[in-house]
Amino acid sequence: MLLKGKKAIPSDRKQQESEYREMVNRIKPKPPLLRNILGAFVIGGAICTLGQALINFYLSFGLDKTGAGAAASATLIFLAALLTGLGIYDSIAKYAGAGTIVPITGFANSIVAPALEYRREGMVFGVGQKMFTLAGPVLIFGFVTAWIAGLIAYILK
Amino acid sequence: MLTTREDKIMEYFKAFVIGGGICVIGQLLMDLTSYKITPAHILVGFVTGGVFLSAAGIYQPLVDFAGAGATVPLTGFGHLLAQGAIKGAQEKGLLGAFGGGLEASAAGISAAVIFGYLMAVVFTPKGD
Repeated sequence: MLLKGKKAIPSDRKQQESEYREMVNRIKPKPPLLRNILGAFVIGGAICTLGQALINFYLSFGLDKTGAGAAASATLIFLAALLTGLGIYDSIAKYAGAGTIVPITGFANSIVAPALEYRREGMVFGVGQKMFTLAGPVLIFGFVTAWIAGLIAYILK
Repeated sequence: MLTTREDKIMEYFKAFVIGGGICVIGQLLMDLTSYKITPAHILVGFVTGGVFLSAAGIYQPLVDFAGAGATVPLTGFGHLLAQGAIKGAQEKGLLGAFGGGLEASAAGISAAVIFGYLMAVVFTPKGD
């Protein structure tokens, strides 16, 4: 009896474990692919539409196409930095996924978020250094590949 | 070219659909690939991808078609860098290849650094 009881415990535990795993799999949020795609599409699209509205707004002020584009980018970057500071951008990002990463606003967020997070480590080694945790790689790979493109254009000229 | 009300609506619609579509590509890369693709990889990948597409002459037609739908995503940032470097190289030679990319994207990068710093000074991190 005692032996049987002792044996029964591990098998019980095994059953409990498999039941537990089943329960976890049931409750655990499945990667909601369709919802993620919809969130990325709608919010990413909305940011780009806002960008278009800003470009048209600056064009109406007499700026040329390049100038209006730059001014619109700067405005979007300002808004994203402000919303990140207020903690609103991250709330939107929960629903948007790549919709808040891929637009230029995601680049601004990638600069402000670590700067805020490491503020207590000081202005130079906290804010100054950590600001480029994510933006650094972006600029490095962007500059190097663009330079190569320029180099090829120079050789082919 | 006349810009009617319909043209304006169409302009915004194209920006929304193409811009949203480019973001969906990023979402699919994160959700469907077995590699651990982080937001940092998305940022780097889209900028360099934009440089390649732009240098290959594929991105400019998309910008002409979708406007902000193609310039606001980070691929548009890569496009700006590449076109700056290429134009610089064609107009000013080798030195232009070095300076052109940064010249074209200077306002955006400076805005991000300056506003980023100011916000970090003004605000305290949430959840403290």
